[in-house]
Amino acid sequence: MGCGPVVGGIFVAKIWIRQAVLHALDDAMADDPTVIIMGEDVAAAGGPFKTSEGLLANYGPERVIDTPISEMAFLGAGVGAAVCGLKPVIEMMFIEFIGVALDQLTTQAATMRYLSRGKLTVPMVVRASVGAGQGFGCQHSQMLDHWFRGTPGLKVLVTSSARTSYGLLRSAIEDPDPVIVLEPRLLYGEREEYDHDRTYRIPIGTAEIARPGTDATVVTCGAMVRVAQQAAEQSNASIEVIDLLTLWPWDRQTVLESVGRTGRLVTVEEAPAGSGWGSGVVATVVRELFGKLKAPPHRITLPDAPVPYAGPLEARFLPSADYVAEQVDALVRTNRSPAPWWSNAA
Amino acid sequence: MTISNSNPLIARRAALSDRLEQLVRMIEIRLVEERVQKLFGEGHIRGSTHLANGQEAVAVGIARSVDPDDVVTCTYRGHGHALALGVTPTGVLGEICGRVIGCAGGLGGSMHLLEPSVGLLPTSAIVGAGLPVACGAAMAARLRGTDRVAVSIFGDGSANIGAFHESLNFAAIRKLPVIFVCENNLYGEYSRINLTTPVEDIAIRATSYAMPGVIVDGQDVDAVAAAMAIAVARARAGDGPSLLEMKTYRYSGHSRSDPAVYRLPGELDVWLKRDPINLFAERLESEKVIASGRLAALTDDVRTTVDAATAEVLASPVPHLDEILAHVTGGSPGGDQRWNFWSTSN
Repeated sequence: MGCGPVVGGIFVAKIWIRQAVLHALDDAMADDPTVIIMGEDVAAAGGPFKTSEGLLANYGPERVIDTPISEMAFLGAGVGAAVCGLKPVIEMMFIEFIGVALDQLTTQAATMRYLSRGKLTVPMVVRASVGAGQGFGCQHSQMLDHWFRGTPGLKVLVTSSARTSYGLLRSAIEDPDPVIVLEPRLLYGEREEYDHDRTYRIPIGTAEIARPGTDATVVTCGAMVRVAQQAAEQSNASIEVIDLLTLWPWDRQTVLESVGRTGRLVTVEEAPAGSGWGSGVVATVVRELFGKLKAPPHRITLPDAPVPYAGPLEARFLPSADYVAEQVDALVRTNRSPAPWWSNAA
Repeated sequence: MTISNSNPLIARRAALSDRLEQLVRMIEIRLVEERVQKLFGEGHIRGSTHLANGQEAVAVGIARSVDPDDVVTCTYRGHGHALALGVTPTGVLGEICGRVIGCAGGLGGSMHLLEPSVGLLPTSAIVGAGLPVACGAAMAARLRGTDRVAVSIFGDGSANIGAFHESLNFAAIRKLPVIFVCENNLYGEYSRINLTTPVEDIAIRATSYAMPGVIVDGQDVDAVAAAMAIAVARARAGDGPSLLEMKTYRYSGHSRSDPAVYRLPGELDVWLKRDPINLFAERLESEKVIASGRLAALTDDVRTTVDAATAEVLASPVPHLDEILAHVTGGSPGGDQRWNFWSTSN
């Protein structure tokens, strides 16, 4: 690791974002002997994305568990282990893999507290790599947060940096309920400055203002936070960027306070237009701030189509900084919602 | 361990060490199922119910073979198992009628019975869902240093779902202390087993997962208990899982609305000749545990109990409307009283 600045007396180094995930897992396992991790190749191989390197040696095969390619078995085992006093952290290598096991999360884990009126809870975390941008094709590139946001009983988090990876994962592991942590795969290999503070947590349900501004509020999460920040740099307007961090239950107060100041809402969602989380944000903002909005709330999303493989198509498919800047500028200039790129496509 | 004589449910469970009490419990299961049928007709029960009359020996044979702090998962055909494990007729009938006095406070209904103090996790409405959960409970038992086991009870229909195969494989590869109990009652929903399953005996599938597979006379409570004893001892000793196949029969259709017209002609009559209650009563007569002809008097006594339970249930209120929102995620009003398996803190 190279030299970095000193913040608050603590040496700040640049690390890979995936290392922040590893730090969170390592510290959680060291602090609490009931934390276990389970998934495909998480133990001996150190994780397909190197997010659990060295944990097997530190904590042994009863706590760091390589599983068969058998998502229903190990996700369901996570549910049973959580009910019986462990805190399992389950790794889904690619979020799509959970499709073959969804029952255990959305039907079993999510209803355990309800059916038992709090006598049985499922303090389980499901971590998954998500998102497009790397040419993994249509079955390894989605976010799929809408599968989980629609299920009462689950909490849904999305990381966006080394700091948020650590702070959210530690909070998720300490939470008494099932939490799914979506980790943009695109960011694992990014390097950034990071202060490894074992006490650092980001409370579930709190958003952050990633960049202040006065003309428009851009609400986003995950890999799109960087895109929105860069768009804000490029834009002629003064753009406030909010990183939601928790998609459910999301932080209404931070969003409403910001849009109340700027008068304009834009969501930037790595989600299909028809099911993206922005619909709920827009509905809440319109209800609460109806007379105070300067422009119609505007959603920047993916089209309702599978993620394409070929490079130029995937680049068009995902919102880019240029595209977001252009859309936000048009909204601020005209106070009308600009059309998405696909409605103009030849 | 959490054995507490002050818990009447645990006392009910412990009573099963007495052979007369085993017979009484089997009669109780039969009469409660008949009462469910009657209460449905009278409009006290919503949705559907799945009766298990004819399968009483399996329930009592299992319950007498494991301790209250062993963990049990079960399907929606679970009224009999809940009663055998220690839940009272009031707790079962109350839940099925959606009353506060029910074992899930009226939030679950017929398919979701539970009682952590006797090891019963919420019975699941999803075929196969309990098998992976039992694997996780077994993992927790081992990691927490106990010799407790998990029992997963499911039907022959479950033997064709992925969760069955994934769970047997997972339990075998990790040598988990699980006893998989298949109640083969010959019908999965409305379809006879020969139409859905290319083998007659589910037990032979154990071979694929390198565990013992045992065919058991599920109408003989002593045979059930004997097979269970071997499998439980093996699991407690750390030698891994077993698959037990209980050959049994349900006298009712799949669910409330099913008249079971698909039965083979004469099949029901053949099974009625080996009724598990009559078989066991005859054995107890030959052992001089009960006098000849006492079954009728015992049945009358149990009917009085079930009548009293019914009256208590119908006098019990429905849940308060606050219950709709009270137990979705953490922070329930009044705080959670989480059951802590294998701890004295409950």
